[in-house]
Amino acid sequence: MRYVYLIFILGVVGMVSILGPRGSKSTKPPLEVFPDMDRMPKYHPQAESGFFADGRTDRLPVDGSIARGTYIADEYLATGKRGETFGKGFPIEVDNDAIARGEDRYNIYCTVCHGGAGDGDGITKKYGMLTVANLTDARLSEYTDGQLYDVVKNGKGLMYGYADRLSVEDRWNVVLYVRALQRAANGSAKDLTPAKREELGL
Amino acid sequence: MSNVFPKWSNALPLKIIVFVFILAAAVVSGITYYATPSYTRVGYEPVQPVPYDHSFHVGELGLDCRYCHSKVEESGHANIPASSTCMACHSMIKTDSELLEPVRASFASGEPLPWVRVHQTPDYVYFNHSVHVNRGVSCVECHGEVNKMEIVKHDQPMSMGWCLECHRNPEEYLRPIAEVTNLDWVHPGGEKGQIEDGKKFVEEWNVNPPQSCTGCHR
Ligand code: HEC
Ligand code: HEC
Ligand code: HEC
Ligand code: HEC
Ligand code: HEC
Repeated sequence: MRYVYLIFILGVVGMVSILGPRGSKSTKPPLEVFPDMDRMPKYHPQAESGFFADGRTDRLPVDGSIARGTYIADEYLATGKRGETFGKGFPIEVDNDAIARGEDRYNIYCTVCHGGAGDGDGITKKYGMLTVANLTDARLSEYTDGQLYDVVKNGKGLMYGYADRLSVEDRWNVVLYVRALQRAANGSAKDLTPAKREELGL
Repeated sequence: MSNVFPKWSNALPLKIIVFVFILAAAVVSGITYYATPSYTRVGYEPVQPVPYDHSFHVGELGLDCRYCHSKVEESGHANIPASSTCMACHSMIKTDSELLEPVRASFASGEPLPWVRVHQTPDYVYFNHSVHVNRGVSCVECHGEVNKMEIVKHDQPMSMGWCLECHRNPEEYLRPIAEVTNLDWVHPGGEKGQIEDGKKFVEEWNVNPPQSCTGCHR
């Protein structure tokens, strides 16, 4: 009997040392103990497909087509242009919510390069990002709203466009927030109400 | 007639019964420890085509999760970014890096990068990111501290019991919506503050996670 226990203990020690504790790192796919119906022959987003020639389940839109329900009749809202030239003014409702949403999106997508204050001093500068525009300088302050919208949408120079990640409204919200940053960077004591000026002792 | 069995065999049945019990106990605890998702899944970190490092891009550069996983707030599926997302920076940074060659090739040809999936619930389970993220459930509750991982690993078991653990007591996990992608956030009031605020959120947002089978198996 002693030998039986000895073999048993050796077996347990052996198993534990081969299998290791929970959470050990492994590059092998997880074992599915009972595969049941875990993997069904259905398509998942961004997954592989044996059926289509390009091997992906996500189908790309046909060139020149517009997805149902995404057509925007207002040309200025969609492109920032009125006819051939960039227009002025905001086709969205301008209020605190729009600026707050713009700030939120700006901090996700723009801050890394253009910096939190819009002065072109983002963290990527340190790693070799070239010629990041200072959004608050005179050149860009003179851009029309439509022109700024176009840069956010389609990119400009070395900057890539953000149309894939910002919806039409969000692009305008970001433009609105950039306007707020320009105002903040170029403001003077005259912009304050008299009461505020007094409070700050100016 | 001499004894067929020696004397010591009188105790044998008892010994065998004791041993069978010990063996059964070992087998049961071995299965619960090793054949459950806490062992089979946790720690899985596949080899990716590009050694993309979350701890640098998120922890060091401070990129928000939504810079890349941009549809996580709107869709059930948290998208893996297109190579153009990487090229927004890597067309200027580290342009001659060997490691980034697949990204450049993919960007030039339009062929997607073959990233390997880490997390995948079984197909009979319905899971949706946007409902969770928009109700103040942070990525960190389900994916662990991705902002400190060099290679993404499966951090939580994602078993049914694990989902239900939170669905039964959501107040222990909910946080302000603005902090959802800030993985380092902990409630400044400690555990007590968390529960207190969590209860408030549950009430205000009318949070009602499904516990019935049809909620997740639809
Ligand atoms: C610069 C782009 C980028 C950012 C920012 C980013 N990720 Fe990722 N993430 C990726 C890529 C590319 C992959 C696929 C490769 C991999 O798994 O490492 C990925 C994979 C993942 C996965 C594993 C997906 C799977 O296959 O199951 C998780 C989870 C994840 N990211 C969470 C996060 C979280 C949480 C954040 C924010 C703290 C974040 N990511 C920020 C690019 C990014
Ligand atoms: C915000 C800009 C930015 C984005 C977006 C970005 N990276 Fe990076 N990446 C960097 C910086 C900065 C470095 C570090 C360069 C250095 O160390 O000098 C880096 C380094 C790397 C490296 C290491 C390169 C080497 O040779 O050491 C890899 C691999 C990498 N990134 C992959 C990716 C992938 C894949 C994506 C897209 C999912 C991505 N990056 C998106 C900024 C970015
Ligand atoms: C309630 C838990 C939970 C939260 C919160 C959560 N995830 Fe996930 N995540 C999952 C599960 C479960 C999967 C596997 C989904 C599947 O199989 O379809 C997953 C998969 C992913 C994937 C792989 C692609 C996919 O959708 O299958 C990425 C990328 C990802 N998560 C990123 C994130 C990011 C970024 C956040 C935070 C903004 C986040 N997740 C928050 C549970 C969660
Ligand atoms: C950390 C907490 C947490 C975890 C873990 C979690 N959930 Fe949830 N889940 C919630 C909350 C909170 C809600 C309620 C949202 C609401 O009421 O709007 C929810 C809602 C849901 C819903 C309802 C969606 C709808 O459309 O009504 C489903 C389905 C769901 N969760 C599935 C899952 C699955 C599957 C898992 C495990 C892979 C999981 N959840 C893990 C917190 C969690
Ligand atoms: C919160 C979401 C959720 C709810 C509610 C839920 N399940 Fe599940 N269920 C899951 C997930 C996630 C899995 C996959 C577990 C895994 O892969 O480890 C699962 C797996 C299962 C499995 C397969 C187990 C296996 O390994 O083969 C069965 C059977 C099941 N659930 C039955 C039920 C029944 C019955 C109910 C109602 C009493 C229920 N579930 C409610 C999320 C849920």
